[in-house]
Amino acid sequence: MISLWRSRQARSVLFQVLAMAGLVGLVTFFGIQVVANLKVMGLSFSFAFLDFPAGYDINQTLITYDSTNTHLRALFVGLLNTALVAFFGIIVATVVGFLIGVMRLSKNFLISRIAVVYIELIRNIPVLLHILLIYGLVVNVLPHPKQALDIGFDSFLTNRGLFMPKPIFEDGASLMFYGLLLGLGLAWGFTYYAKRVQAETGKIYPVFAICTSVILLLPVLGYFLAGQPITMEISVFKTFNFHGGIVVRPEFLALWLALSMYTAAFIAEIVRGGILAVSYGQTEAAHALGIRPNRTLQLVVIPQALRVIIPPLTSQYLNLTKNSSLAIAIGYMDLVSTIGGITLNQTGRAMECMLILLSIYLMFSLLISLFMNWYNNHIKLIER
Amino acid sequence: MKLKYTLVALGMVAFGASSAVASTLDDVKAHGMLKCGISTGVPGFAFTDENGNWQGFDPAICQAVAAAVLGDSSKVEYTPTTGKTRFTTLASGEIDMLARNTTWTFSRDVDLKFTFAGVNYYDGQGFLVPSSLGVSSAKDLNGSSVCIQTGTTTELNLAEYFRLNNVSYEPVPIETNEEARANYMAGRCDVYTTDASGLAASRSTFENPSEHVILPEIISKEPLGPLVRHGDDQWADIVRWVLNVLIIADEKGVTGAQAQEVAAGPDPELDRILGTEGAYGAMLGLDRDWAVRALNANGNYGEIFAKYIGEETLVGLARGLNAQWTQGGILYAPPFR
Ligand SMILES: N[C@@H](CCC(=O)N[C@@H](CS)C(=O)NCC(=O)O)C(=O)O
Repeated sequence: MISLWRSRQARSVLFQVLAMAGLVGLVTFFGIQVVANLKVMGLSFSFAFLDFPAGYDINQTLITYDSTNTHLRALFVGLLNTALVAFFGIIVATVVGFLIGVMRLSKNFLISRIAVVYIELIRNIPVLLHILLIYGLVVNVLPHPKQALDIGFDSFLTNRGLFMPKPIFEDGASLMFYGLLLGLGLAWGFTYYAKRVQAETGKIYPVFAICTSVILLLPVLGYFLAGQPITMEISVFKTFNFHGGIVVRPEFLALWLALSMYTAAFIAEIVRGGILAVSYGQTEAAHALGIRPNRTLQLVVIPQALRVIIPPLTSQYLNLTKNSSLAIAIGYMDLVSTIGGITLNQTGRAMECMLILLSIYLMFSLLISLFMNWYNNHIKLIER
Repeated sequence: MKLKYTLVALGMVAFGASSAVASTLDDVKAHGMLKCGISTGVPGFAFTDENGNWQGFDPAICQAVAAAVLGDSSKVEYTPTTGKTRFTTLASGEIDMLARNTTWTFSRDVDLKFTFAGVNYYDGQGFLVPSSLGVSSAKDLNGSSVCIQTGTTTELNLAEYFRLNNVSYEPVPIETNEEARANYMAGRCDVYTTDASGLAASRSTFENPSEHVILPEIISKEPLGPLVRHGDDQWADIVRWVLNVLIIADEKGVTGAQAQEVAAGPDPELDRILGTEGAYGAMLGLDRDWAVRALNANGNYGEIFAKYIGEETLVGLARGLNAQWTQGGILYAPPFR
């Protein structure tokens, strides 16, 4: 016994078992407590309500939905709305963030000052205020649909949202899709080939230009070959509102812009930090080897900077996704507003709805982390 | 913000000692204050006066209950709730009763486990539109944007009514009456729909009320009343009979100021209510004068109605359905015996 106690390994196993047992005990305790207290209140714990008709309408639905569908379907509508705003938010935040981050390092005084002002102004104001401010602006400043602002391309800006033409794909549109696939395949193959040629002969092809043109041209070719199979559905004004086309509602617009701008300010700082982390000697060395400045950036600085940037970037993506739950403040019908809002309220299933919400956000975060970890491993220094 | 209440409520469910077992009456007495949930603000129905105190048709019920139970109509702690937070707030025990334009429905009664103490306003859902739209019926609203408060019967009625009448619309979900007003005024929505009383109340605060019309369709029954949690019948009885007493006094034309005088008068029902005959207060767990105090708080039902939302006020509601059954309305309190 004593000797077991003295063994370091046995001790560490013992402590881990104790810690685990404690945790399990705590969780069980709360579980029992919850069930008991719900029972006292005369409530049961059940997910059966998910199968009942939701009874409420949702304005933005990516899948077909009406009030006779179930709460489960309403949940999916909310889930997709959350995913939508997170997806577009991450894209814009990344682009703007990199831009501002690089601007901040610019030797041009004006440009770097603009970046500093952007960062300090935006990130020091709570994101909720950004959301409310943009929403207030959109709803109060933009004109009523009757006096819609015509911004060209058959698009209209109103306080009910941005209305744009919607492409309708007819028969033959699949040819364009195949064109795109082929283009992607060719681009990938060419990149591979160009790399080999460069390694063997030192000859450099304009890979980027060639790839983009192939990826763009082939679908366009398909479009004409198939006899222009896309028509545009244009929004038209009728009595109250615009109908038809794509509508980007004020709620989405406000949430999307606010989240992107806010997160971009943090990403900018991460990017700046990442670039500064690559010692200047690297650049000098590249220059000494006769590598041109933009190639230096592309081949020497950015790959090394990315290694510093990716991990904190991941947590910014997670933040953006979680912050999207502030949607409820302006009535964007995301997860929190559907399952955690109306469904919860109409059914009174607070415990169940909250559990569902927690697990879905956890899942979102884990998925993003998983992807970013994969990417991080992909670009990390392969030591030889 | 809204999540806060839900989380507090969940926290209470997870950690709290089972609050529902203890008697609410004892809790209220021990605390010395009645915790009453109200709305975040609807003109006439719930608003803060110049001293920052809550007043209105709904707080008046809280005040009458506080007067009956604690002997002082000002001993009320108000918790403003939105359409969405009200039920979690009540279920978790954060408040002792809810008086907030709340419709008595099957699922709230049976599934959410609340007891409605009665009806203090018979209402129905209506539509408010700018007259400039030239709309004369709810069925003309095809393609419109509609502001609705979420977590209400309103949004369910609306979905159902428009579906059955093949009217397509864009729902614009809103949290509070004030937000709805702001969005409606900014033109985010063409229509605001909620209980007709709430529409009249909101319209009364508009700069040009005459530029807005309430459409003729009333698409639902909305019996609004105070409610408590299931499981404490004594407490439910107290709230129910305070409300009934206010209604009976209105029926008999006894004002709050007269309550004391008529206490030993010739009407035996009033004697029972006002404590000079029998021991009805004790049956509720209260003293003799509970009803006198409840009536003194803001007067009888009719006085409360006239003071806050009646035709003399800006809200300007007629008694209509809410007149006594003897006056062509459907207000009808059970006999006090
Ligand atoms: N009676 C309906 C609707 C209640 C409701 O939300 N009414 C609005 C307008 S009358 C209200 O009280 N708003 C107050 C607030 O925003 O706090 C229900 O019980 O679901």
